[in-house]
Amino acid sequence: MISRRAALGAAAALTFGALLSATPASAEGELHVLNWQGYGTDEAWALEKFEAATGIKVVHDYFTSEQEMLTKLRTSPGAYDVVLINSTYTQQAIAEGLIQPIDTAAVSHFGDLIPAMRDSEYLNADGKTYGVAWVWGMTGIAYNRDAVTPAPDSVEALWDPAYAGKVSLRDDAVEVVSFAAIATGQDMNHPKDLAAIRTKLLALKPQVKTFWASEDEWNKYFAANQFVLAAYWSGSAARSATNSGLPVGFYIPKEGGIGWFDGLSVAAGAPNPDGAAKFIDFMIDPDFYVEWATKVGAPASANLKANALLPEGDMGKAIHTDEAAIARLTYMAPLTDEERQSYQDLWAEVKTELAQ
Amino acid sequence: MKAAARRRLALGFLLGPAYGWLALTVLLPLAAMFYFSFLTVAPVGGRIAEPTLRHYAAFFDKGFYQTLTWRSLKLGFDVTVLCILLGFPAALALAKYVSGRWREALFLLVVLPFWSNALVRTFSWTTVLRDDGFLDRAIRVLWPDAEPLGLLFSYPAIVIGLVHAYLPYMILTCYISLQAIDDSLIEAARSLGASSLQLFLRVVVPLSLPGILGGVLLIFVPVIGSFMEPRILGGRTGIMLGTVIEDQFTAVFNWPLGAALSFIMLGIVLVIFALATPLLRRRLSGI
Repeated sequence: MISRRAALGAAAALTFGALLSATPASAEGELHVLNWQGYGTDEAWALEKFEAATGIKVVHDYFTSEQEMLTKLRTSPGAYDVVLINSTYTQQAIAEGLIQPIDTAAVSHFGDLIPAMRDSEYLNADGKTYGVAWVWGMTGIAYNRDAVTPAPDSVEALWDPAYAGKVSLRDDAVEVVSFAAIATGQDMNHPKDLAAIRTKLLALKPQVKTFWASEDEWNKYFAANQFVLAAYWSGSAARSATNSGLPVGFYIPKEGGIGWFDGLSVAAGAPNPDGAAKFIDFMIDPDFYVEWATKVGAPASANLKANALLPEGDMGKAIHTDEAAIARLTYMAPLTDEERQSYQDLWAEVKTELAQ
Repeated sequence: MKAAARRRLALGFLLGPAYGWLALTVLLPLAAMFYFSFLTVAPVGGRIAEPTLRHYAAFFDKGFYQTLTWRSLKLGFDVTVLCILLGFPAALALAKYVSGRWREALFLLVVLPFWSNALVRTFSWTTVLRDDGFLDRAIRVLWPDAEPLGLLFSYPAIVIGLVHAYLPYMILTCYISLQAIDDSLIEAARSLGASSLQLFLRVVVPLSLPGILGGVLLIFVPVIGSFMEPRILGGRTGIMLGTVIEDQFTAVFNWPLGAALSFIMLGIVLVIFALATPLLRRRLSGI
């Protein structure tokens, strides 16, 4: 009974769709994508290209936080095909049954992805792939090439008295705890010795000029010479140097750096799983990436061939193809609410001391 | 009877919309937050919440919350006192010594800060206060060898930004009560031999006290909960109870803790005003 009703519904939908649009291409249907707004998948030129190639019309819905993304998947099963999930949330989505395994054979560029991300335990479960690595970036240290010589290579530069009052950090508990864990030789994601981290962060008191919250703020304060050494994102460092013409250098400390990556997943009960595989393949295609990165500006691609196609001299390319630096990254792991809260409390306590 | 009923109806019509609106937009969300503050987690997105007092306990367990409360209260005090010192003379001048066109023009300048977005206003202070910013350059025009002041990312920078934002409240509330002072009272004091200082301290200030108090209430309460100005202008010294409350909502999704901290702050404010009321009442009735 149910299947017949479903078939009737589908037939009706098809007829209705055919009535609405005269182009035969629309017979391939629609594809519903859930992502942050303005994060690549909704570029109009790309969607036109995708529709011309496959006949699939892409419809977007957006979220403004990871929690909202999970809530939307929970409350609207069957409403979405492709969803962007940060790798630290993919396992939670799998455990809650919100996403389904992807037939990687249907994704022609899958083999070109960076193995560390493609085969990451965060995106895979029981030998099946639940997320296709799409874009990534690193958090390291950026410095003023005119003021900081020779170029530093250690995380200890943040604690170097030579830069007292000239250091900035992002006001983010997880990030500062990660840096302090790297500096104290601990597991960046789940440090055991929080007391050591507290001591290390308190030692930043003479160093820190201010905290920053956005790329725009970072650029302003850097240009005004308020700091010469600061935690920063790889993609942003490239933009600050290239687009804003600032004398920015960037490195991943020899002790280690922070990595993150986003995957594209297929929602459980997706109405158009075949279209979803095609769209994911299109998204990791070097053609799309190079245009996105050069026209609009993008994080690094998880597709090695895509990064290699960027123009020579591109600072983002130089940063994101430095294999030795990439090898030093630890990728951000899923955190429990308790871990998040304990880092937040620790950071609030340290900041209170720094302010006195 | 009939007149009384009509009066009540008219009152209902006049007050109903405003109080209905306030009940809907202020009390309901506050009540929801008060309820959340006693739960383990915010009951959204299918999470199971249980009753707890641990968020209130956290305030007393962790010493840094008390340090932050003290910092916020001190900030509120400093900003309010500066607003009185700057705002009261300006209000006095506007009420008693300036009139006509000039008064209108000066009033326009007073309310000007209200016309710009608070965030834009605060960011514009960063370009004024930073090393080699407008202020440093202006000083160097007079003293070419002057060292940079280094005001940006310091406690004084927060105070400057907040005084700028809240000064109009003090000027406006003081102006209203100063303007209401009958000039014949001032003349009477003078004719009875009061000196200018006596006149000011024993006639003008007591009579304008309601205006000063109104300004204090309007400024002190929002300033101790402020988070945007401290974050942007304070740099390393920018942490306040307000910024920590904000973090609970934006960074860790811990609405209950953020709500509990807010209500503790509200409680402290109420206690301060409750303690101040008897003193003030004596002052006000002693006029």
